[in-house]
Amino acid sequence: MTDIAIVAYQQTDAVSDAGAVNEVELIIPVLGRVFEQAGLTNSQDVDFVCSGSCDYLQGAAFAFVLGVDALGAVPPIKESHVEMDAAWALYESILKIRMGHAESALVYGFGKSSPGELPIVLSQQLDPYYLAPQWIDAISLAALQARQMLDQGLVSERDMAEVVARSRNNALNNPHAQLAGEVSVDDVLAEDTYVSPLRKADCCPVSDGASAMIIATVEKAEEWGKPYAVISGIDHRIETHNLGMRDLTDSLSTRQAAEGAGMGQGRVDVAELYAPFSHQEIILTRALGLGEETSINPSGGVLAGNMMMASGLSRVGEVFDRIVSGEAERGIAHATSGPCLQHNLVTVLEKA
Amino acid sequence: MSEEQDVITGIEAPVYLKYNFTAGAAAARFLHQIKKGVLTGQRCPSCQQVYIPPRGSCAACGCPTEEEVEVADKATIQSFTIVTIPIPNNPIQPPYIIANLVADGANISFLHLISECVNEDVHIGQRVQALWKPEEEWDYAMDNIRYFRPIDEPDVPVEMIGKLPVTGWEGSADD
Amino acid sequence: MSQPEVLQQSFELGFTYTRSVGPVVGRFLTELRNRNIVGIKASDGRVVVPPMEYDPDTAEELSEFVEVGQEGEIVSFAWVKEPREAHPMDRPFAWAMIRLDGADVPMIHCVAANAESDVATGARVKAVWADETIGFITDIRCFELA
Ligand SMILES: [Zn+2]
Repeated sequence: MTDIAIVAYQQTDAVSDAGAVNEVELIIPVLGRVFEQAGLTNSQDVDFVCSGSCDYLQGAAFAFVLGVDALGAVPPIKESHVEMDAAWALYESILKIRMGHAESALVYGFGKSSPGELPIVLSQQLDPYYLAPQWIDAISLAALQARQMLDQGLVSERDMAEVVARSRNNALNNPHAQLAGEVSVDDVLAEDTYVSPLRKADCCPVSDGASAMIIATVEKAEEWGKPYAVISGIDHRIETHNLGMRDLTDSLSTRQAAEGAGMGQGRVDVAELYAPFSHQEIILTRALGLGEETSINPSGGVLAGNMMMASGLSRVGEVFDRIVSGEAERGIAHATSGPCLQHNLVTVLEKA
Repeated sequence: MSEEQDVITGIEAPVYLKYNFTAGAAAARFLHQIKKGVLTGQRCPSCQQVYIPPRGSCAACGCPTEEEVEVADKATIQSFTIVTIPIPNNPIQPPYIIANLVADGANISFLHLISECVNEDVHIGQRVQALWKPEEEWDYAMDNIRYFRPIDEPDVPVEMIGKLPVTGWEGSADD
Repeated sequence: MSQPEVLQQSFELGFTYTRSVGPVVGRFLTELRNRNIVGIKASDGRVVVPPMEYDPDTAEELSEFVEVGQEGEIVSFAWVKEPREAHPMDRPFAWAMIRLDGADVPMIHCVAANAESDVATGARVKAVWADETIGFITDIRCFELA
């Protein structure tokens, strides 16, 4: 199978409100930087482009088409889009390359969630007959999951607060983080509940932002002469939309995706997990069987900034950065979509 | 089932979502200018095309646009259609004309209305000019221009549409 | 170039969807209109409420409807201190996973209660019907402590 290399990765800061920037203005600086990192000019220099975004976030129909204005798509380019996190745009791009239809690709994701009420917007991705008409928000669903964990003694509030405190402290080293600080477990526990049993700190913030990545066959990456990391596996699995039929205290789909991606074939130095809620990081860590040797969410993870539709790709980018810098030799990136970790994607990265 | 009623086969499931729309930086600059009765585009630093309304990038080159360029309120019809069906909530009564117009000094068209014309005589290459609302009604909106109406200038050949300087067709003929 | 003053405009985006519900959801909603709650038997015999057309594990088409109770037990709950505008209640309430009597799979609905401390996992609740039932999930206005 064709080996695929990540050659460049860039992202914006995660900010609570990007203010007066439209889609193009949000994306274009990141694309400029990622092309520069790869030694390229614009999307004419890659064989394929795939993006991830969701028009419902900002309430602008076909916002993803407007995003194409950032690409330099004259003459016409091969372009595709997923109404999902850009981690799935990465998946599509990898398929495209493995099928021999392209040797290189630009992958990007962007989200401007600040114009709407994100937890309510997300309620409309649920089952349209039984759940969406009830307008149950994403935070409340996560709280139902957290309560099951707590009731069954699978986590304590202190365990959850430890995840938050580690995220905030790790994020001090992440220049793009929205929430960072020297926060202690007791600081978190001193907070009142928000949507009980969750505290606000257990929940990721709402963030605007974008991220972009350039991938290529290893041969192409060698030709470009830039440092790269190799994607040795990628897989994704989804569980039923019926939350009552899922074991919300585990993540079977994450475990299966990790097996499919070949995670177990080596040591995992670093894991970037897309856990929008603190208890979900614990579910994921256990589902993946990660232990002491793995550094989990050294970037702070999405509790430090959750750029909807871009943060899944950012998880891959964070692991890429650490491998290229020599900080890690092998790592995994996880992305999620849907309520309570319904749909999960795992990417395994290795040093070249 | 216990009662003699029709089986439910469908539901009304409307979705209403509230947003706070923010104009992009480029659009905001454009809107601030049109509030003063001025049409302002942006020029691509690479291919030199002038876009109006600007979106902050050149869609052809994929590079950010920053240089602001004032364009004229005279324009050329690049394409048009006569709308004969009423559109819900649209106060304009058919038949009316929507056209792709390229303002003098710009290279890319925008959509606006054509009026004060014989619909059947409207044609590609025809010269038109903006009819502005009274100044006291100007807002951050494209409809500060009520519509464009034909002016007495010779037609622009198709290959010249989108290539006129801000001084206009007659200005260009003088060059 | 300086950043221009931000121009903003609030707006409401409306999608006036009507949906065809098909025979399984349609049966459930028709029963709701009659103030009955039905589930459906999954491949392994578990009773799923509200009913699904297909078994998520086996993909088998499901068809055996089962009437279930209007009372049940809270499996998990989230206490909403500050209801959002879109929420079904304008005072603090709980979202809950509720396993109805005779059902195996919990359903998600809201629970009216005066205080978080009144709600607990394992607490018994009963359905409260809307004044007028029309064949919609909100025909069950909410659950309340039994
Ligand atoms: Zn250009």
